[in-house]
Amino acid sequence: MLHTLSIDELRQRLDSRQISSVEITRHFLARIERLNPALNALITLTAEEALAAAAAADSRRAAGEKGPLLGIPLIHKDIFCTDGVRTSCGSRMLDNFIAPYDATIVARLKEAGTVMLAKANMDEFAMGSSNETSYYGPVKNPWDTTKVPGGSSGGSAAATAARLAPFATGTDTGGSIRQPAALTGVTGIKPTYGRVSRYGMVAFASSLDQAGVFARSAADAAIVLQAMAGFDPRDSTSVDAPVPDYSATLNAPLGGLKIGLLREFFDGLEARNSALIHDALKTYRRLGAETVEVSLPHLPLSVPTYYVVAPAECSSNLSRFDGVRFGYRCDSPKDLFDLYTRSRGEGFGAEVKRRIMTGTYVLSAGYFDAYYLKAQKVRRLITDDFRAAFARVDLLIGPTTPTPAFAIGAKINDPVTMYLNDIYTIGANLAGLPGVSLPCGFVDELPMGLQLIGPHFSEAKLLNAAHQLQQATDWHRRSPRGYE
Amino acid sequence: MSLTRQDVEKIAQLARLSITEQEMPVYVTSLSSIVDFVDELSRAQTGDVEPMAHPLDGQSQRLRADVVSEGDNHEKYQSNAPAVQAGLYVVPRVID
Repeated sequence: MLHTLSIDELRQRLDSRQISSVEITRHFLARIERLNPALNALITLTAEEALAAAAAADSRRAAGEKGPLLGIPLIHKDIFCTDGVRTSCGSRMLDNFIAPYDATIVARLKEAGTVMLAKANMDEFAMGSSNETSYYGPVKNPWDTTKVPGGSSGGSAAATAARLAPFATGTDTGGSIRQPAALTGVTGIKPTYGRVSRYGMVAFASSLDQAGVFARSAADAAIVLQAMAGFDPRDSTSVDAPVPDYSATLNAPLGGLKIGLLREFFDGLEARNSALIHDALKTYRRLGAETVEVSLPHLPLSVPTYYVVAPAECSSNLSRFDGVRFGYRCDSPKDLFDLYTRSRGEGFGAEVKRRIMTGTYVLSAGYFDAYYLKAQKVRRLITDDFRAAFARVDLLIGPTTPTPAFAIGAKINDPVTMYLNDIYTIGANLAGLPGVSLPCGFVDELPMGLQLIGPHFSEAKLLNAAHQLQQATDWHRRSPRGYE
Repeated sequence: MSLTRQDVEKIAQLARLSITEQEMPVYVTSLSSIVDFVDELSRAQTGDVEPMAHPLDGQSQRLRADVVSEGDNHEKYQSNAPAVQAGLYVVPRVID
């Protein structure tokens, strides 16, 4: 079945003319039509554009062009600007916004010949861990549709798990790729801060946001990351460093790899979650890795640090939504103040408003030093802890989430409880480090993920370690019932 | 240290967000619990550690030559505007 093939297997069939990109695209569009209504994973379907792009890819191939992604379909998280196509960020504020340009990663993936099927549902403006804050309704987890898929890239994760596309793009500011990847049983990678361009990616927290990939294997993720990564002069935080060939080192042997067990992550970790990670560690030792315990003493402060820094940055970034130049405008504003306050009050959902207000508070006169400046100092302490650990080990391992997917509605009314879902993922964002989540088993018949974190620009090693585990186990091949 | 209704009204005004009478108590409660949660940071020993604004240590703002590099896409970029007149964005009267 086409939707069970890897990206490379699809490419082989395309290259040998067994199948065309148009046929592959039709297959996935049919799956979307049949399966997406139960999941609500998508906001905008671009079927006509997809068929046109597929035909163009077929022509490029007929003219002799080759490429690992030529003619391969994908789904983009609805946070990436896509020229001529609605880009809503899961918000009423941008429900009527047609992006007038392509984000850099969209342009790069287009250039590589990919076919965009749809824009994926997401937590509003990337703020959430369950995809319940979307203006377009919650996304359901294909493993159990009463459960959340995680967030904020819940639509991208659910679509990848349900095989509505071979892969999807996402963004990760506090865990929004890794956490939903874990809850939906797929592989998700957040690159190093500065590795992938943020140009055209609607900003939430500028010092934390990174674009990344959802795929069903590390090998697939490596192919996609290759096309996305690299310097972009249009992003002032883009790093001008060479991009290695991620696929070339997937099979490098792990002999001598030092993996650090993060003590603070294993303290108090639920037994079944812990057991799955220890099983993976047994496999890693068998493959030649050594494991060592490491301690990052400031790591438990990551969640409060994040919930000062991220809202502060979001309050600044979201000030551009003012009802003047684009986006939602309230009816009959009586003056400028009314235009601003009601366009924003009506256009934004509750979580977004909460975070804007938290940010405004921590940046306001009299509170700036106590909160924002303090949080920035703690951020440095956390980053220094990671640096010290990486002097002793090559990679860090731990859980991705505290629990498997929880029920829709269970946590949405208690923001702090919701925030604690990010407890294992946030540290990597604060330090700008790359991290990958890969499936490692099941708890209560729901998928669980383990997380690998590496030093800056160690994506090749992360993907190599993830791939080696996936050669020895088959958790990543499992499919939710009804989506096989 | 919880927030009062007055605190939340002032914050909402700074943030240019209209909050309805109905919504106000919910925001007071949830913002108070968030502020209480992040107050944990005050107990951290940070001494004279340098604040960290972003993860790329040692990277400074890149500059480029001051030459025109973009074309005129005025119409395209203004196509999402709620109200336009003569190429200008229309808003309620600001000056009397």
